[in-house]
Amino acid sequence: MNVGICYSRIRRDEKLLLSELRDRGHEIEKIDVRKQTFSLSEPPEAFADVDVLVDRCLATSRSLYTTRFAEAYGIPIVNSAETAAICANKVRNSLALERAGVPTPATDVAFTKESAMDIVERFGYPCVLKPVIGSWGRLMAKLDSESAAEAIFEHKETLGHYEHKVFYIQEFVDKPGRDIRVVALDGEPVGAMVRKSDHWLTNAAKGAETEEFELDDEARELVAEASAAVGGGLLGVDLMETGEPQGSQSSGQDARESGYTVHEVNHNVEFKALNEAADVDVPAAVVDWLEDTVAGVES
Amino acid sequence: MADTVTAEDPITGEEIEVPADVEVGEIIDSPVTGAELEVISVDPVELEEAPELEEDWGE
Ligand SMILES: Nc1ncnc2c1ncn2[C@@H]1O[C@H](COP(=O)(O)OP(=O)(O)OP(=O)(O)O)[C@@H](O)[C@H]1O
Repeated sequence: MNVGICYSRIRRDEKLLLSELRDRGHEIEKIDVRKQTFSLSEPPEAFADVDVLVDRCLATSRSLYTTRFAEAYGIPIVNSAETAAICANKVRNSLALERAGVPTPATDVAFTKESAMDIVERFGYPCVLKPVIGSWGRLMAKLDSESAAEAIFEHKETLGHYEHKVFYIQEFVDKPGRDIRVVALDGEPVGAMVRKSDHWLTNAAKGAETEEFELDDEARELVAEASAAVGGGLLGVDLMETGEPQGSQSSGQDARESGYTVHEVNHNVEFKALNEAADVDVPAAVVDWLEDTVAGVES
Repeated sequence: MADTVTAEDPITGEEIEVPADVEVGEIIDSPVTGAELEVISVDPVELEEAPELEEDWGE
């Protein structure tokens, strides 16, 4: 098959993927999206011969538009534009999880610092403020006190780009010093790892330690549901352990009993850390899945 | 030690060694300045200063 890799930076992840594709004798079109122009009706020349495009744009804005254009031209792209749109935005991500009945941390949104303070007072301290767009744990704030919360909201209101004036506030989940990253293909886990740190942020990009993690049935079920909630594809599903033994949660009437909460799904998942931490070959699994996807499109 | 080739560091102009299997689009750290450099062509390897991190980058 001919696979078009849309990128603006070849990370270790893309390199692994490229070398797996080459080893299997597939044709590859490396498409640097910075060099493309997109018309409303005609695909760029680089898209002409591909059977499938893989969106690996590091810049979320480019990922959002590249996937939209590919779909407008009728060229299959993974992940889909809709999946990118949901995953790129924490509000949409949370709404999709909630709607699908997947346990996710309690989250409220406000547009002014006064309303944001109302939320914080309801949640109590500590709670978490996240930028609606962004990744790698950047610009995340743990709000420990009223004075800190007020100061952060004021800074954001005064200094922030308009997306930072959307205050996304989340209950603090007292996780056991780690969270869980699952790489999944259409909801089927390829592998999972925990990311451990003394810091409350346990992103691999922040230097957390990683270790393979064995998923139980409940976690697998949540991964499948979280994946479906955002439209499936090659995804990174992030979960935290809530410390509630299964079946013992007794909050709202329709609150689901779960030992996990899913805080987000990533559409441009970095898998090099998992590939190293776990006894799995992520690029091989991804290419298997791409081969099946293309066979499905062609038949 | 993996194979290396030489290329010119775009910031200092010095000859530096880079892995022979670099790809166009890949980022390497300059052994001279530590700055991120983007591979803009291979054979011969040409390097440019890599773009700075933007707020919307990530997973
Ligand atoms: N509500 C919460 N309570 C406690 N810890 C949290 C909460 N939300 C996130 N964290 C911690 O912060 C880290 C970053 O959170 P999150 O995944 O939401 O940010 P991100 O910037 O989108 O990261 P990435 O996109 O790289 O996964 C998580 O790995 C987790 O350890």
